[in-house]
Amino acid sequence: MDEKEVDRIRANEDRRWRLVNRTMRLHGHQPDALIETLHAVQESFGFLDTDSLKYVAESLRLPLSVVFGVATFYHFFTLKPPGDHTCVVCLGTACYIAGSSNILKTVEEQTGIKTGETTPDRKLSLLTARCMGSCGLAPVVVFDGEVHGKMSSASVLEKVGRLMNHDD
Amino acid sequence: MTIEELQDIGKIEKEKQEGFKYRIHVCVAAGCLSSQSGLVKESLEKEVARRGLESWALVKGVGCLGLCTAGPMVAIEPDGLLYQCVSVSDASDIVEALGGSPVNRLDCSAHLPFFARQRKIVLENCGRVDPESIEDYIAEGGYEALYNALRTMTPAGVIEQITKSGLRGRGGAGFPTGLKWTAVSKAKSNVKFVICNADEGDPGAFMDRSVLESDPHRVLEGMAIAGLAVGANYGFIYVRSEYPLAVKRIRTAIARAERLGVLGRNIFNTTFSFDVTVRLGAGAFVCGEETALIASIEGRRGSPRPRPPFPSELGLWGYPTLINNVETFANVPPIIRKGGVWFASIGTEKSKGTKVFALAGRVNNTGLIEAPMGTTLREIVLDIGGGIIGDGKFKAILTGGPSGGCIPAQFLDMSMDYESLAQVGAIMGSGGLIVMDDSSCMVDVAKFFIEFCMSESCGKCVPCRVGTVQIHNLLKRITEGGGKPSDMEMLEELCDLVKNTSLCGLGQTAPNPVLSTMRYFTDEYRAHIEDRVCPAGTCHMKPTEESQ
Amino acid sequence: MRYPAFLQRISDRADVQPVRTLTFSINGQVLSAREDETILSVARENGISIPTLCHMDGLSERGACRLCIVEIKGSPKLSPSCVTLPRQDMEVTTNSDRVKNYRRKILELLFTERNHICSVCVSNGHCDLQALTTELGMTHVHYDYLHTRHAVDASHERFSVDHNRCVLCQRCIRVCEEIEGAHTWDVMGRGYLSKVISDLNQPWGESSTCTGCGKCVQVCPTGALSEKGKSVAEMTKRRQFLPYLKLMRGDESR
Repeated sequence: MDEKEVDRIRANEDRRWRLVNRTMRLHGHQPDALIETLHAVQESFGFLDTDSLKYVAESLRLPLSVVFGVATFYHFFTLKPPGDHTCVVCLGTACYIAGSSNILKTVEEQTGIKTGETTPDRKLSLLTARCMGSCGLAPVVVFDGEVHGKMSSASVLEKVGRLMNHDD
Repeated sequence: MTIEELQDIGKIEKEKQEGFKYRIHVCVAAGCLSSQSGLVKESLEKEVARRGLESWALVKGVGCLGLCTAGPMVAIEPDGLLYQCVSVSDASDIVEALGGSPVNRLDCSAHLPFFARQRKIVLENCGRVDPESIEDYIAEGGYEALYNALRTMTPAGVIEQITKSGLRGRGGAGFPTGLKWTAVSKAKSNVKFVICNADEGDPGAFMDRSVLESDPHRVLEGMAIAGLAVGANYGFIYVRSEYPLAVKRIRTAIARAERLGVLGRNIFNTTFSFDVTVRLGAGAFVCGEETALIASIEGRRGSPRPRPPFPSELGLWGYPTLINNVETFANVPPIIRKGGVWFASIGTEKSKGTKVFALAGRVNNTGLIEAPMGTTLREIVLDIGGGIIGDGKFKAILTGGPSGGCIPAQFLDMSMDYESLAQVGAIMGSGGLIVMDDSSCMVDVAKFFIEFCMSESCGKCVPCRVGTVQIHNLLKRITEGGGKPSDMEMLEELCDLVKNTSLCGLGQTAPNPVLSTMRYFTDEYRAHIEDRVCPAGTCHMKPTEESQ
Repeated sequence: MRYPAFLQRISDRADVQPVRTLTFSINGQVLSAREDETILSVARENGISIPTLCHMDGLSERGACRLCIVEIKGSPKLSPSCVTLPRQDMEVTTNSDRVKNYRRKILELLFTERNHICSVCVSNGHCDLQALTTELGMTHVHYDYLHTRHAVDASHERFSVDHNRCVLCQRCIRVCEEIEGAHTWDVMGRGYLSKVISDLNQPWGESSTCTGCGKCVQVCPTGALSEKGKSVAEMTKRRQFLPYLKLMRGDESR
């Protein structure tokens, strides 16, 4: 990343950087703003790429390795671009007891991808979560941020099929 | 603001609400929201407007009503009616039935013991107040405890009440809250911090989430009182990023409280200031450990450090820091309002007050409950929980999540308190209760939890980083039919090693589920190893290879 | 004792009392110590040996390898001696069977984690991990080997890093941060997937922050970090520089 690029980002020319810059400014560009800033980057761009990590490191005056270490320590952050849609299968205790590992297995078989991967056409990313706190509705699957409770393999497959076949 | 002004706000709000003949409470906590309660609320509002009843009936979003499995839930006040599994199309019938006979098909009375057996202190406002309205909270007596603590009590007096109440940390270990507060208040420093631990990483637990979503001001008030008592002017709430609604509600609550002057600069026109900032977690169970949580707030990897020095001495950025759990703070306002002696009259000899549990798994009534300490497991599972789903048989209950233990049926009459749970090899934990029936294989459950701890281990200390992998591999082998007779002994040895030599609480408690299932369900382990059979039928045993 | 950098603010605080001395005992031997000295340093001053791996004189303490655990009378928990301060009349035991047993098992776990085959290692004969097996009497490993596979990074012109030999003690990270001030190294991931990385997990040779000073190579306990061109058993580590450098850079912890 060259200086011009950094200046462009600082000037907020790209609207997506505004949220990131604002977050860092609110925290006075202190090192403790790192996790909050990475949240902002992920919210704006969907994932953390090398350039944004470099930019964040420089802005908060942190070593590159520290930024990378933090970004990979927390499972919420992803360094890979997600697909158009996301399907998050909850593997919390209540959901596990209610058979969510079978749901996951079926989805993996149906889509041909493993947890953490995205389909080749970039339509769907399959993820798992450790408890969404909706244990009363176990098993729970989250499609594009929307929690769906009391799911079965069949209902999840149907939903997955719809997400993969539609362009919206 | 003076106490009169505060009470005026409450009075006006109360009169405003009582001006309506009927109040329709719709649960808008996360559980019901994912069953479309937002749409239900909208359609109820439309229905009321369509009939021109706006001045007669009020539709209000409220916090968790408790019975998540029957969501969306709707309550009709002042009749005390409760409807379950309400859908958008029921709106017209519900409004129609106001003042007449209730809608029978939505009736929830079958679940009565669920509600009758509970006693609510922490959850007293849940399902009653609008979590986004500070006026509603004030109408229920909110922020009066903070006022009294500021105006009529000394910091030492506040701590004395907390100590007298016998309140113990609700995060898991049950450390006496009064002692913790005393330690921080005695630490000499101009700068101190109060942290609210809302990183509810324990899978199967959602108490803190519900409290934050249903009654956020109670937590803020508790934190401010704590700040006053220990001499801290800054507070942090560390919330999981998996709880977006809780984050939104607590942020709204902070903004409203600051605008009213009950939080922020010069609270109630005194010299006391207390600012609260929300910090987001990012998916790391280990950050529930206090030193790891501090590291995370400081923007670093969430690795714990050895204690001592404890955070009360050397905490956030090196300053004395008080860390308590959401539920602990939520208990503070009622204790200050009604006195420590009142609180100490509830519960058992060593465990005072009530405990909020998240009941889930194979029971009929899953949801959020609150019961006095000392309530028996039987009451919780069979009465409040309504028994096991279908014709399944109760097998075990898991308390304390990945750090806890599996309690078998023979202890059903055990009292739920810190000491009794420790005696049977479990812990209170944060309050997640997972009920299991015959369909659950205990070896598989043990494997599930050790896998959890293995992937959540920060990797700093050797026993936890490598030991959990070794335990997991052994259990994996056993559940796949490749177990050796010596594996049981090896498991015990590894569990003992990890438990006794790990750096932080995660590693020290990670073997608990394995140890407790080996202790109470030895036969099941034997069946897997010797007969290569999974009694519950959940493990997929590979065909036997004689060579193994 | 020296706390990690983030804890050093305690040294700025005016209310910290001047240091007192106290007496306590290790293995029945009564010793006197400053109250800010760790049990480990008092023990070593008095010729009592306690095995360590992540500890290194001149670097901050982590308390992570758990090999220096000791028993303290009255406490059911074992305490890492590198970060535990003695108290008046404390009774410390460093060599009970219980402690020795645990230490040996922890060392075994380390040997199962990655590939530590001495006979083909550049550090054979000059390796802290290897020395520990003799010290702790570890003759064989009775756990299953995990042996996760890792790449060797030889992109640096003078040094190479073989993650298969790494024990994640973080000495390299600390010396790079605390003494050299470059902070090229850190850890990525967590748990058993942790790995030491340079900058943004890029090849060492492409690191923009590395000064090429080689301190990390010298403090590495095993053959994970080595100088290029050294063959089996040729890599000896020179660590004499550390105390001097620490002094020259100003001991911030005072």
